[in-house]
Amino acid sequence: MSEPLLEVDSIDAFYGDFHALAGVSLRVGAGQVVAVIGANGAGKSTLLRSMSGLMHPRRGAIRFEGANISRMPAFDVVKAGVAMVPEGRRLFPSLSVEENLLIGAQSRRAGPWTLTRVYELFPVLAERRHLPATALSGGQQQMAAIGRALMANPTLLLCDEISLGLAPIILREIYARLSEIVREGISVIAVEQDIVQALRAASYVYCLQEGRVALQGRAAQLTRADISAAYFGV
Amino acid sequence: MTRVEHATTSSRIGLILIVLATLVLAAAPAWADRLTLRLLAEVFTFLTLASLWNLLAGYAGLVSVGQQAYVGLGGYLLFALTTFGGVHPIAAILLAGPLAALVSIPVASLIFRLRGAYFAIGTWVVAEVFRLLASQLSALGGGSGISLPAPIILAIAPTRSLREFEIYWLALGLTVIVLAALFILLRSRHGLALTAIRDNEVAAQSGGIDVGRLKFVVYLLTAGGTGMIGSLIFLMKLRISPDTAFSVNDWTAFVIFITVIGGVGRIEGPVVGTVIFFVLRQTLADLGSMYLIMMGAVAIGVMLWAPKGLWGLVAERYGWQALPLQRKLVISAET
Amino acid sequence: MTVWLNIILQGVLIGGLYAMFAAGLSLIFGVMRLVNIAHGDLIVLAAYLALVVTQTIGIDPLVSLLLVVPLMALIGYALQRGLLNFTLGDDILPPLLVTFGLSIIIQNGLLELFTADSRKLITGPIEVQTVQIAEGIWIGALPLIQFLVAIAVIAGLQTLFYKSALGRAFRATSDDQSVAQLMGLDTRHVFGMAMALSLAVVGVAGVFLAIRANFDPAIGPARLIFGFEAVIIGGLGSLWGTLAGGVILGVSQAIGAQIDPGWQLLAGHLVFLAILAVRPEGLFPKVAG
Repeated sequence: MSEPLLEVDSIDAFYGDFHALAGVSLRVGAGQVVAVIGANGAGKSTLLRSMSGLMHPRRGAIRFEGANISRMPAFDVVKAGVAMVPEGRRLFPSLSVEENLLIGAQSRRAGPWTLTRVYELFPVLAERRHLPATALSGGQQQMAAIGRALMANPTLLLCDEISLGLAPIILREIYARLSEIVREGISVIAVEQDIVQALRAASYVYCLQEGRVALQGRAAQLTRADISAAYFGV
Repeated sequence: MTRVEHATTSSRIGLILIVLATLVLAAAPAWADRLTLRLLAEVFTFLTLASLWNLLAGYAGLVSVGQQAYVGLGGYLLFALTTFGGVHPIAAILLAGPLAALVSIPVASLIFRLRGAYFAIGTWVVAEVFRLLASQLSALGGGSGISLPAPIILAIAPTRSLREFEIYWLALGLTVIVLAALFILLRSRHGLALTAIRDNEVAAQSGGIDVGRLKFVVYLLTAGGTGMIGSLIFLMKLRISPDTAFSVNDWTAFVIFITVIGGVGRIEGPVVGTVIFFVLRQTLADLGSMYLIMMGAVAIGVMLWAPKGLWGLVAERYGWQALPLQRKLVISAET
Repeated sequence: MTVWLNIILQGVLIGGLYAMFAAGLSLIFGVMRLVNIAHGDLIVLAAYLALVVTQTIGIDPLVSLLLVVPLMALIGYALQRGLLNFTLGDDILPPLLVTFGLSIIIQNGLLELFTADSRKLITGPIEVQTVQIAEGIWIGALPLIQFLVAIAVIAGLQTLFYKSALGRAFRATSDDQSVAQLMGLDTRHVFGMAMALSLAVVGVAGVFLAIRANFDPAIGPARLIFGFEAVIIGGLGSLWGTLAGGVILGVSQAIGAQIDPGWQLLAGHLVFLAILAVRPEGLFPKVAG
């Protein structure tokens, strides 16, 4: 691959004394969708949190568009072009749907994503724009969370378990939208528990197991057996 | 087989030192002059007030900036009981404790509806209400206050020296009793519950501890203890007025500074803090408001950089404790 | 009858001042769950600032607002970023004790600089002007102006909170600090702005306090208590509720004072305690404490 968009270079991450990630490396190229799968507690969310700047690796480096972002605070990372759709959506309950989207644009990055475009992508949000964010259904909240991240006009979108709690039919629709977004040139790293969906959407897959990369490869080339072995550490 | 171990080398040394110190202090009328006796008695009262505040805020998590309510209440109870009830002053002091605790029940039922910092301000409001009510009591001097009548002073002891000795021993005695009670409480399973609350209230609640009830009981006990010390303080002062009785500076600011600088949440903290406070006060003498500014700055500094206080810093670094309070689970291989 | 009406009216008007004391307190609690024990002393600080400004430059106290308010806002931003941001966290002790220490420092600092003498700012003829609003009912022009300013301040804060980008930032940060950072909000700066705003309101309150009544370094805690009581009576999280709370407090005090001058403050406290007993969430609550 040519110069990767994001490169995670052998990072170690800790929560206090707990060694959450050990020597994890990952790369994403422009316009690529990469999936990170693994059981609960494998370190997937920790990896995303490290990339987004919410936590900082103790060892190793994270480079985005060539620049070292390992020590950058989260509010600067999003300004650099990495936006996150957090696990559990985490829309702001005190804000309406539209206000949630507007606050996504806080970083004021230039780009094609505006309120209008987000409403075109997710029309159901336009209908509910003035409702409090908590009044939306799970699937709608997920769309709002993605829309909010898009408003930051990112080059890389980090999606943390967007399948959680969603009906398969809603999930398919959301992933369909996601592919539209990717066609426009945004790269995506999707942390997923739903392996089937992850393999369908991504071109490259990393499987984490107890803080390490247990398996990586092209989605098309990995077998069920490989994945099970890596996922469960068998 | 498992058992809980409390003592450590430092606590054994600490216990010996404490016993020695108490013996030396009990003999103080023999080796100290009158001024020193008065100073020591004052040190004891502040030590006790700080220890009680430490129990309330450091263990039960109830940060009160209104304990002066009970100091003043205790003082006024002393004057009321002796002047109108014909009660002996020493008996009045001992009565003031339970009476103050009684008063604290309706107070607690009201202010416990507030949380955190709003609770703190609520305690301040209560103290203000007490102060304003005291100003309305013309029988006890109203706004300008009242002095303790001579016959009551004489009832303590016929001579001045004897009075000074008795009051000194009373101060020392009450301090020992309060600190001993504190120690017993902290050693008991309620103490374990309090330590759990201190460390993580939510976890304590989920662990099955009735946090609300424990806090209520601690508030009552602290109010009682504070009331008792309050009456002692005003017996020593021989005069009371609403402003001195319910002074935020004297009974809350100094007490909080002592505890914070010494170390919140550890029984030794107030001891260290009181010593530092009085050393500073004696050496810096009459600086008035500059002294308070410095204390405020030091308290802020300690809170930011050494939130466990000076004792806390040392204790954590070296694992010291002056009293056998820690709980170490010892698992032996014997059957 | 008109005597009582006048009394109640006075109470309502001073309620506006209390609401201004409370608004800054309420704002900070809403955004960062911080209760600033030094809040009342900062109001007094603003009053002394107005004193210094009017004495050195020789301008009218009401005009001094133009200087005092921005100055207090600056102080607020610096205070938050330089000190209070470091106390925020899960433990309630540090912010409480640090702001308590600050309260003591400000009180005694002012005592050292200005002595315990009572001061008051003079604005001129407007101080004694009265406005007749009905048969036999007169209200002071200054109290009326101050009440209207209080309403304007609260309306302004409401608008800012719910209609502006800064207000959005406040609400988002108070909801979820981490995700707010993911959106590009530097929470240190957001908190700084919140404190700046709070102290700007404190500045307005301080100037009006200085014009209206005698002040000295020791009256801060009482102002904090009035503000706090107004917030609790009105209900947490509601600025208009805070206005209602201030009015109720002011009216209680006025009625108490009429019964017996010594009962003025007591009446207010007792009404507060009564409401705490009967309806602890306040009259118009929006959030849980």
